Amino acid sequence: MMEMTRRKLMPGVYLTYLQERKFKTNVLSAQAIVPLEQKNTERNALLPAVLRRGTARYSDMQQLSAALDLLYGARIDCTVRKKGENQCVGFVASFIDDHMTPNGEKLLEPVAELMGDLWCNPATRSGRFLAEYVQGERANLVDQIRSQRNDKRIYASVRLMQEMCRGEAYGISRLGSEKEAEKISAGKLYQQYVALLSSACFELFYCGSAPLPRVEQALLSAFSALPRAELVDPAITLPHPPAQETRFITEEMDVTQGKLALGFSSTSPDYPALLLFSTIYGGSATSKLFLNVREKESLCYYASATLHRQKNLLTVSSGVEIENYQRALDEILAQMAAARRGEVEDWEIASARSTMRHALRTMCDSLGQMEDFYLGQAAGGMSETIDGLREKLEEVTLERMLAAAEGIRLDTVYFLKNKAQKEGKA
Amino acid sequence: MIETHYKHLDETVFRETCENGLELIVVPKEGFAKTYAFFATKYGSMDMRFCLNGAWKNTPAGVAHYLEHKMFDMESGNALQELTQLGAEANAFTSDAITGYYFESSENFEESLRLLLSFVSVPYFTEESVAKEQGIIAQEIRMIEDNPSWQVYSNLLRGLYQNHPARIPVAGSVESIAEITAQMLYDCHSAFYDPSNMALCVVGHVDPAEILKIANEVLPASRRPAIVRDYGQEELPCAAAPRMEMRMEVSQPQFLCGYKCAPSLSGEAYARQELIGSMACEILFGESSPLYHRLYTAGKINGEFSGGYDLLPGISFILVGGESSAPLEVHQAILDEAARIAREGVDEALYEQTRRVTYGSLLRGMNSFESIAVGSVESSFHGCDYFGFPEVFETITKADIMQFITESVTPERATISMILPKEES
Repeated sequence: MMEMTRRKLMPGVYLTYLQERKFKTNVLSAQAIVPLEQKNTERNALLPAVLRRGTARYSDMQQLSAALDLLYGARIDCTVRKKGENQCVGFVASFIDDHMTPNGEKLLEPVAELMGDLWCNPATRSGRFLAEYVQGERANLVDQIRSQRNDKRIYASVRLMQEMCRGEAYGISRLGSEKEAEKISAGKLYQQYVALLSSACFELFYCGSAPLPRVEQALLSAFSALPRAELVDPAITLPHPPAQETRFITEEMDVTQGKLALGFSSTSPDYPALLLFSTIYGGSATSKLFLNVREKESLCYYASATLHRQKNLLTVSSGVEIENYQRALDEILAQMAAARRGEVEDWEIASARSTMRHALRTMCDSLGQMEDFYLGQAAGGMSETIDGLREKLEEVTLERMLAAAEGIRLDTVYFLKNKAQKEGKA
Repeated sequence: MIETHYKHLDETVFRETCENGLELIVVPKEGFAKTYAFFATKYGSMDMRFCLNGAWKNTPAGVAHYLEHKMFDMESGNALQELTQLGAEANAFTSDAITGYYFESSENFEESLRLLLSFVSVPYFTEESVAKEQGIIAQEIRMIEDNPSWQVYSNLLRGLYQNHPARIPVAGSVESIAEITAQMLYDCHSAFYDPSNMALCVVGHVDPAEILKIANEVLPASRRPAIVRDYGQEELPCAAAPRMEMRMEVSQPQFLCGYKCAPSLSGEAYARQELIGSMACEILFGESSPLYHRLYTAGKINGEFSGGYDLLPGISFILVGGESSAPLEVHQAILDEAARIAREGVDEALYEQTRRVTYGSLLRGMNSFESIAVGSVESSFHGCDYFGFPEVFETITKADIMQFITESVTPERATISMILPKEES
């Protein structure tokens, strides 16, 4: 197993470092962590895209792109993620490891420098972002928010979360709202950039073959221009207030298949027990949802459960024939009731345990998954390693799972159905 | 087994053509927790008409995909559930040309591999179990029919091709799958799931000799002659329809432009054709191309805009698209840019950049066990070497790219497929 090292490079700037030679490429990430709040979500979401349009040195995308091409097709992608009640915005770079470049070229330093320039030395005109860059990317952001409705499966999950956590920071979508995004001005965006640059905590991540001192040196040099003033710590995610009664929400769109999304709240602090419980319920091909809703009743192609760790919420997602809404809902709830009553056999527990063991073990085989995991840990102020969590899962018993499931309540049911459908008990 | 070391890629590969005809490829890897196994047959949704034991068989659209679902049934239970219990993460997919079954695991690898090889080679269906799957697959079809990206792709292929079975959706339709019977599935299995029509690739911390031993023990010895398939009349060089339109509940128009290219080749020529096509796409509309920059700056395309070159048995095509408020302008701009390149040639600096990008992205693909396994098996079906790209790369010139663009990207070979937003009622 890889050793993870965490270092503070500057005030509020941390590096998570993993040395590994097994991959053909390296990953380098630089993320600003800001508490999710209504007023700045859209501006924060827009920032990486505008910054990615050009730096002081490479002032447009074509020049930037050419520079990356010459670094053997290094890639720097914009990311906007939600981790607990924080918004994480920034860049993730991927480039060939030193031992694989055709002529032994070293790519870490130039890529780190580009990354630092994207954050600290953007293309500007009269001390502002270029108006055409802001306009262009604002239109793209608005389109991106609107296009969430194109994929109905994801749309139903997004809508469920908005409804279930309305009034909470967690209910804010990672990109914000279309209406607010449309209003962003170049001036306000620049103000937010200046504020964020000096006050946000930054999480840097590197995995590749380069030794730690070289990575530290490259990043310190690349981010030497990063201003540091009074820092805003990442937000601590607040618990979801338990619902008094279940809310049922039905919306209509022009679809042929209905999308059913359920949200359960829970109160247990025993995360490993809840994780195993949710895997038994809907996390694998031997789960209760898969074996019953799909295999036994042939009601759907997919029905699965996800545990949202930081908020202690469990959601279920399924696509069903619109007229089968009630049957599917009943069956999904019946399986939850059965699991909570302890109608769980030994093989189900063993199977869920091996599914989770595999998922955690192989996380270290994927650069993308590791970067995302450690970002979540840092944003949530958690220090547990992947191995540590794996060991805790081995110790979970049925009794602990049932105790953890005690506090599970059905909070919200969301159903997306066809416009033409006049009937419906939803 | 034959051992080949690829020094540019820092990989060693072991290969063997088994006595029963199976192509076996093993790629040992150190330092990873998982091992990946991919077992595939050269049989996909396109193979609807074929000759079995001297008689021509016509099968309904979606039968290869249906068979994939039902292969997991065993007399003793369900293979997917057994693999899951062994700690393996297993699944399968059907494409136009292949059906592949795979798992990755970090424990019980040998037992899981034996199970994979055995459930895929031993069919077990009853009329009842076949009928039961209709509900599940019907929901899978409904799900993809609601997906605009799927519709825009599916319509594009119908716009490009007159006869070729790539026009037919992989899963078929709710109506076509209603005709499927247990006997039909047995026939298709017998025709296409013979080891001589299949390949196995394992990537991970394994001993190649051990894999070979397991494959020989579990798989049947039979070796039948190659099955003759019928893909219909030969295609005309021009596109079947210049424009395909559909309305759905989308936020803005989704589009794909397609350009019908030359029929796909085989052997090393296939590998070369594939590389030339991908590099041509980079030069024509890749992120560093002048066209991309112009369209992006004008707000005609966004970061979703992308494309590439695809090859299927008998055909090949370029496709590119995304979301745009003005898809027809983008379509015209691509044709204009191709005409300009045909007149003026390929820019030297852009060509050099493209060479590096292509090399980097091929290497990046090798981080993924899945890409290595699927890529190796597909390459073996085409008669070429997945790991041979650094050498093939050296044989490609600017003139090859220019010729490819000049011949392929022309108005008569082009189709645009669009999904337009529903009009407000």
